[in-house]
Amino acid sequence: MNVRKIPASQITEAVKKLFMDCNYYIGDDISQALKDARENEDLQIAKDVLQQLIDNNSIAANERIPMCQDTGMAVLFVEYGDKVAVEDGSFKDAVEEGVRRAYIDGYLRKSVVSDPVFDRKNTKDNTPAIIHTEITQGDKIHITAGGKGFGSENMSAIKMLTPSAGVEGVKKFVLDTVAHAGPNPCPPMVVGVGIGGTFEKAAQLAKRATLRPINTSNPDERYAKLENELLEEINKMNIGPAGLGGKTSALGLNIETYPTHIAGMPVAVNICCHACRHKEVTI
Amino acid sequence: MKKITFPISEEQLMDLKAGDRVLASGYLYTARDAAHKRMYELLQKGEPLPVDISGQTIYYVGAAPAKPGCAVGPCGPTSSYRMDKYAPSLLDLGLKVMIGKGMRSDEVINSIIKNKAVYLIAIGGAAALIAKSIKKSELICYEDLGTEAIYRYEVEDMPLIVGIDSIGGNVYVR
Repeated sequence: MNVRKIPASQITEAVKKLFMDCNYYIGDDISQALKDARENEDLQIAKDVLQQLIDNNSIAANERIPMCQDTGMAVLFVEYGDKVAVEDGSFKDAVEEGVRRAYIDGYLRKSVVSDPVFDRKNTKDNTPAIIHTEITQGDKIHITAGGKGFGSENMSAIKMLTPSAGVEGVKKFVLDTVAHAGPNPCPPMVVGVGIGGTFEKAAQLAKRATLRPINTSNPDERYAKLENELLEEINKMNIGPAGLGGKTSALGLNIETYPTHIAGMPVAVNICCHACRHKEVTI
Repeated sequence: MKKITFPISEEQLMDLKAGDRVLASGYLYTARDAAHKRMYELLQKGEPLPVDISGQTIYYVGAAPAKPGCAVGPCGPTSSYRMDKYAPSLLDLGLKVMIGKGMRSDEVINSIIKNKAVYLIAIGGAAALIAKSIKKSELICYEDLGTEAIYRYEVEDMPLIVGIDSIGGNVYVR
């Protein structure tokens, strides 16, 4: 079998660039959505907040500084080709070193503590990262990376709905979660919804949904329609930019699904702020 | 747009109404989760705080590192509700201004009214923009907490909005 060898240093460099870039340069989808929202708002304060966010993102890009001080916990979704071998080190170590280099050399904030309950001691290099790996066919590695801020992460929720709840149950849980979040997660938000799988799979799908560009739709038109309906309902909530009221409570809502058990219908809602940061690379 | 100066005078503070947009200059202290926890534990043991907060302003922030040549790194507000457990004790000690983002608990709102204080909000996620109004940053204490240490910022025309005013008016209640 032919195996493609990739030096560990190449993975480290790629990961470093992903995290620096995603913190400095907001995606075109979010950038356009902020501009459209500014035009769409009637309230002056809403227009002004959106303009501040647009200006903020320009400053960040021009000066190569993070758009938000919370540069997040490093989350990576990796599709790892089964014909790839890492040379001179392990894949995991190469990724962690890339995160370390991005957060230290790139002037990103180190926001990770070693132990969640007792020590809570800053690890000082933002490691460890959260790495979701899927083995795929081929000789390439594809990485989607995002810096996830916790103002919005803390507003996320999961519920083990059962089949009889139906689509109405899904809608209610998503809308209740967003309404409860209100002004806290730095609206306008991006809402990721994961439906199906198991308890942990639903949460992972919801995170994955936040990393899909907001100008794309679920390929199943029933879910695409549900995405639009939920976004419309959220934008009627009058949470508005910075929670100060207005028509833009969310910039986008993405749904990802997976088959599930006959007895279940798990739904997870992962909320992201307007600084919805993610970049991708194929190695 | 109202101009205010930190530490704030009683006259300026009482003039602020929920929803007012202000530009703030002067000095403030930064503190977020870990620094609040330490200060709260000191107070519970009856020990003095490392800074005299009477009349002062606390900004809930943990800045990103400053690039060489910059006074601070990006420094937008963090969610205020996580400080709700600790805020009333500090307000009772004379803290006058809190700056953060998002809602506060009823206990904090009641304490704001009782102590004639004010809660200002900064725009969440506008961290690179807000950093432009920070002219100087000086480490005061808790250096081991890294970004969560207490710093003193000199600010000039920092853009803020009155979230909860001294009589309980609340910008988030519509």
